[in-house]
Amino acid sequence: MTDEEARHLTSLERNLKRRALILNITRRFFDDRGFLEVETPLRSPAIAPEKEIIPLQSEGWFLATSPELYMKRLLAAGYRQLYQISRCFRKGERGRLHNPEFTMLEWYRAGGDYLTMIADTEQLVLTISRELGLGDAIKYRGKTIDLTAPWGSLTVREAYKQLAGWDPGHSPDPVRFDTDMVMKVIPHFNAHRPTVIFDYPAPMASLAKLKPDSPGVAERAEVFIGGLEIANAYSELTVAAEQTARFQQEIAAIKKEQGRDAPLPEKFLRAMEKLPASGGIALGLDRLVMLFCDAASIDEVMAFTADTA
Amino acid sequence: MDISEVRKGSKVLIDGFPYNVEDAEFMKPGKGRAIYRYRLRNLVDGKSIERTYHSGDSLDPANISTREGQYLYKEGDHYIFMNTDTYDQYLIEEYKLADKAHYLKEGMIVITLFHDDKPLDITLPIFIEATVVKSDMAARTDTVTAQMKRATLETGLEIDVPTFIKEGDAIKVDTRTGAYVERIVAKK
Repeated sequence: MTDEEARHLTSLERNLKRRALILNITRRFFDDRGFLEVETPLRSPAIAPEKEIIPLQSEGWFLATSPELYMKRLLAAGYRQLYQISRCFRKGERGRLHNPEFTMLEWYRAGGDYLTMIADTEQLVLTISRELGLGDAIKYRGKTIDLTAPWGSLTVREAYKQLAGWDPGHSPDPVRFDTDMVMKVIPHFNAHRPTVIFDYPAPMASLAKLKPDSPGVAERAEVFIGGLEIANAYSELTVAAEQTARFQQEIAAIKKEQGRDAPLPEKFLRAMEKLPASGGIALGLDRLVMLFCDAASIDEVMAFTADTA
Repeated sequence: MDISEVRKGSKVLIDGFPYNVEDAEFMKPGKGRAIYRYRLRNLVDGKSIERTYHSGDSLDPANISTREGQYLYKEGDHYIFMNTDTYDQYLIEEYKLADKAHYLKEGMIVITLFHDDKPLDITLPIFIEATVVKSDMAARTDTVTAQMKRATLETGLEIDVPTFIKEGDAIKVDTRTGAYVERIVAKK
């Protein structure tokens, strides 16, 4: 073993130990608050059709890109508070912050909404930081980040107006919106505080409900810490007809632009008739571990990546 | 090729010129489009550029290959080589070889980089052997540190060599650094 390999092993070992601790603390956090940990299928005949999230196939079925639809089927069946830590797969996503196979933490609250989920996230991140012995502030990539709640927050429109210099309105050009998100908006958030942006333009609602008094935007929020996109929260859309229409539009766009066949997740849509008002959130656990390990790359917090598998 | 298949080390065509992808960055908002940012080097003029692409974009691959060649001779501003498999001759302009031209010795085997059938550049052997054709007389001193002096090799290259090297000696040179390595002792 070379010196460099030995050094890599020591820092990886330290990060993997910390990762295990974070998983432990996370499970205790939810268990203590009355959430039920569940496991749902990794392979499914139909998943949520999303044009920019490309699934991997397995014997004609799809590997999970998120456990979201199963979690909501359980909410529809009467479960009130659920969480899951599961592997998700997204084809072609590989970079400093991406591996095509990664770990997602999702939790749902019947009766909650997107802001409840953000409040949970604040408490979860603070709890992890304190239990790791780091207190209320962490040092990430040379910058001190104050994790105390409430986190800084602004609407998506405010964020683009202030940081990218234009108003996305209610129906922005999606290429410009996504490019400026990673090139201008995220890099210019306050580096010393977590940032929440909320109220996405309606065409980016995905599975979130539109804001009742302001239907041009959806009740969707995202959390960023240290320049990393950490979590995405919704007030869940509960109207099956509206969700079906959105899915059908997405399926048509996937076919037209990518030639890909995406089936309609019918069992989920049927269950949706009984879905109560609820909040849900998906958090990239590998990136959360990166923050607490001061890791520049996702590779530093995974035992093996797509390149070493 | 689809943009998602382009990575560090890929060779692609932009505006008809072959480029090597020197650095590739993948960025993506969770629900949004993938954004690919590349630093690319033009394999003809060596200039570097930055480009950004999105999911769904594509680039043509550049047909880049390497072949073994033997250096034959220089003619005007051109260096003439021969493909060692086919015996076809090809020429490379002096400006493309830059400093590498000073290491070329007739008969030397090099690796040539081609874009389609156009030679772009060569890779020299790591070490070459060459004869010293001219060197200064060294002034004697009493210091124990190695004394160096300038010497010109048969290839035209001028380098520093130890003072004990004489005109007519064969020496070994590292082509990566241009540094003297050792004197070649002729076998009896």
